[in-house]
Amino acid sequence: MKKTHIIILILIVGAIAVLISLLPTLSTYETVASAREKQGKYVHLIAKLDKAQPVEYDAINNPNYLSFMAIDSLGQSVKVVYNNAKPENLEHSERLVLKGKMENDHFACQEILMKCPSKYTDDPTRVQESVNKKLQSN
Amino acid sequence: MDYTGEHLIPGNLGQFLIVLSFVCSLLASFAYFKATHATVEDKKGWLRLARWGFILDAFAVFAIFGLLFFLFYSHRYEYFYVYKNSSNSLEFKYIFSAIWSASEGSFLLWTFWHAVLGLILIRTAGKWEAPVMMTVSLAQWALAAMMLGLYFFDLKIGSSPFALFRNQMPELPLFANENYISRLTDGNDLSPLLQNYWMVIHPPVLFLGFALLIVPFAYSLAGLFTREYGDWVKPALPWSLIAGGVLGLGIMMGGAWAYESLNFGGYWAWDPVENASLVPWMTLVAGIHTLLIYKHTGRSLRTTHLFFIVTYFLIIYSTFLTRSGILGDTSVHSFADLGMNTQLYLFLLGALWLPVLLVLDGNKRWLAAMVLLVTLVASYFVPLLTLLSFLAAFYFLYVGLKKVPTITQEEESSSREFWMFIGSLVLVISAGYIIVTTSIPVVNKLFAKFMSSGFTMGDDILFAYNRVIIFVAIIIGLLTAITQYLKYKKTPRSYFLPKILWPTIVSLVIAGLILAFGKVDYYEHGAGFLAAIWFALVSSIYTVVANAAYIWIGVKGKWKNAGASITHFGFGLMLVGILISSSKKQVLSYNTSGIFVPLGEESKEKPGENLTLVRGVPTRMGKYDVTYQSEEKHPQKALWYYNLEFKDSSGKGGFSLRPNAFINHNGNEGLLANPDSKHFWDHDIFTYITSLPDPEKNADTSAFETRHMNLRDTAYYSRGFVVLDSIQTIDTIPLPGFQKGDKAYIATLKVQPQQGDSYISRPILVEASAGRLSNPDTVVMENLILRLEKNEGGHADIGLKESNSAMQYVTLKAYRFPFINVLWLGTILMVIGFIISGINRIRAKKG
Repeated sequence: MKKTHIIILILIVGAIAVLISLLPTLSTYETVASAREKQGKYVHLIAKLDKAQPVEYDAINNPNYLSFMAIDSLGQSVKVVYNNAKPENLEHSERLVLKGKMENDHFACQEILMKCPSKYTDDPTRVQESVNKKLQSN
Repeated sequence: MDYTGEHLIPGNLGQFLIVLSFVCSLLASFAYFKATHATVEDKKGWLRLARWGFILDAFAVFAIFGLLFFLFYSHRYEYFYVYKNSSNSLEFKYIFSAIWSASEGSFLLWTFWHAVLGLILIRTAGKWEAPVMMTVSLAQWALAAMMLGLYFFDLKIGSSPFALFRNQMPELPLFANENYISRLTDGNDLSPLLQNYWMVIHPPVLFLGFALLIVPFAYSLAGLFTREYGDWVKPALPWSLIAGGVLGLGIMMGGAWAYESLNFGGYWAWDPVENASLVPWMTLVAGIHTLLIYKHTGRSLRTTHLFFIVTYFLIIYSTFLTRSGILGDTSVHSFADLGMNTQLYLFLLGALWLPVLLVLDGNKRWLAAMVLLVTLVASYFVPLLTLLSFLAAFYFLYVGLKKVPTITQEEESSSREFWMFIGSLVLVISAGYIIVTTSIPVVNKLFAKFMSSGFTMGDDILFAYNRVIIFVAIIIGLLTAITQYLKYKKTPRSYFLPKILWPTIVSLVIAGLILAFGKVDYYEHGAGFLAAIWFALVSSIYTVVANAAYIWIGVKGKWKNAGASITHFGFGLMLVGILISSSKKQVLSYNTSGIFVPLGEESKEKPGENLTLVRGVPTRMGKYDVTYQSEEKHPQKALWYYNLEFKDSSGKGGFSLRPNAFINHNGNEGLLANPDSKHFWDHDIFTYITSLPDPEKNADTSAFETRHMNLRDTAYYSRGFVVLDSIQTIDTIPLPGFQKGDKAYIATLKVQPQQGDSYISRPILVEASAGRLSNPDTVVMENLILRLEKNEGGHADIGLKESNSAMQYVTLKAYRFPFINVLWLGTILMVIGFIISGINRIRAKKG
């Protein structure tokens, strides 16, 4: 066996070992109910903002505290606490990917990925809205 | 309905040109294919046909570009692409970024560069023209198909930039009006994130890099197809070097754009879109090194073929990743799904099977074609079988490459080629690690049927990559430092040791000094990772020093031969810059007001990185006192600039930063912030707005809160505290209706904000027979309103109200990045090195 073959083998085994060691750190996509069962485990919660409930954020008092209710596709809701600035378009998001852990009654969120209707240009009603807006301003 | 006022001629012409390009590129590819193996007299005819085909294709592509520019320039909003990506207020320079802002335009940019490169190849490739241009033309055809925008039965092929708005969305009531053009006076505007000068120059460079990758790929295939193994490396080498430089530059320009205009807090976030172009660059660099090994020793030709093929495959794969919408949940900036996934998938499959079909012959070729067809059909029903197709392709490639001659004898451990080969392997395998990790969403999709919920990256994505790449950096750094001092084939000890001695000592001294006094103490991921950072730092300093020294020790100061050393020197500087700026990155905007603020119990976990600055009130950030002074609005857009004054607390020196933000841009509600940074030679101060007052909140809805206070009592408000100093009782005040026996009280309160001077506030309460009259006092700077509500012999009720209605504030994040300029300088030097090497190899080829 050639030296290079041995080294290739070592490198590949190493790479696979590293990939396997990555597995436990991987997270999963969850609903509110399944996240509740995994208390303290880092998960990705897919939900949307419950617009019927108030969003609590006051930049003057504490710019690093945001709290709101999130509701998942099964209709279950949970209080979300996010110790960071409020993403400005939170209220207009269609869907949220909340990364964090369930801690007792609330979801301690570390990162929020928002799925905003940024593709609004491809959605006819939104296009019409934006066209109308422009027509009015002209 | 007959619409009036539309300009349909440019669009129809453009659409015709796309079809022309589609047809001509396929024709050219076929003619080049025939020319490759044709007899001498037939060859001429095929070549002429092929050239005409390609030149016509190139002409069409340039004309499409011109037409699209014209449509943007003249604001023809009847075209959906123009409507979607521009507006009347868009500055001229951003027309270019608008053209390539979306998927269609970036394909156009890519094919534009292919056309330019193809024309150069026709002039310079000589005997390699036919087999090389065959692949280039075929890629042109695949890209033209991406812009076709035609329906074949129900299947949409491509997405055209010349599609009409009214055809795209016929159901809009707007189009019930036959003169709708007169009402469609403005476009939707370019996404604010792309209104940045980096977006004018980064995409052309990046796509030139993408386009250049096809040249080594095409040469490698030409070698396999013509069976003239090995001859192709000479002309392919300069192209590969230039591709390495340009693609590297393009990637880092993307980093610079992210640093200057995105707010993920740095130049690199291991975002899938970034990974997708980094990974092919890594395999390309590996390919360049194995190619050099072949050129000097006759080894590693098979590996070179494999690396170039994999590189091209990865570029198409990255195109697939970023444009199929599959990254939606994991990436911040991927393109929207245009419903072209099938097409992209076929392109990807083609990039891998084309080499297979070219390298095999006879029965094996037919067998491979059968396998391709079967797996293609099967994967239509069971997506997982796609993997089988790719595995089969790699197997056939392995079989085919066996024909490529090789040297069986082992290389010496003291030879340069041995260590270059190891370095290339490490690069390719770490590229594999990055791309597999990036592909988790793809894996989820393939295995969707077998899993209850998909997997995704854990809580610390950056660390998942960094903890692996840091070891790659250590190894690559060491190899890059040492390998040039080795000779090909065999290196005598007496040659190597004296040369490497001084660079080693110097590097150790410099690294020692930096580690001893540089305070590189990044404990966030434990001591093990910190040790890895230290090793990586030593190793990258070694790269820098050894390669700088090699310019004199090795190539004797001949600059034209120093390309490799300069490239490696720049690469080493990049590593140093990355390591220092990341491990010593410092958050300035820690919420220092914490002691004054009722944080709430949930907040104790993580010190917030957001700080709120009230207008006119200096707040401490690191060593600066920062004041939010004023804001200005862009004359035409909903773009606001915030003037922040940074004053060095030592009293000397200071500067201003102007981060800006689009607010409720074009119905896209919310805030899109662009950072601003101050560059010092040894560090950057970087800041961006994270939150602004919510206009809905500005309505004064807050109420007085009553505090019972005795004299000298303290009451807290959000930004400080209030002390009740005294209460005066006055019997007579000059007020109409003030009668004898009526009383007035004046409370004197000291308002002490967390920073700055205190204020005196004097609210008044009048108790008259006619009734009570309270006269509150406002401390404007603090937005605090104080009211005396009741006074009973030293016990007072003080009402406190904090009103945001008049309050101007911004919430921001600020970082200090030390030595980030080392990274940029390293990038520039690396690119220069690549170019010098490339030019030198072109000269060598001619000479």
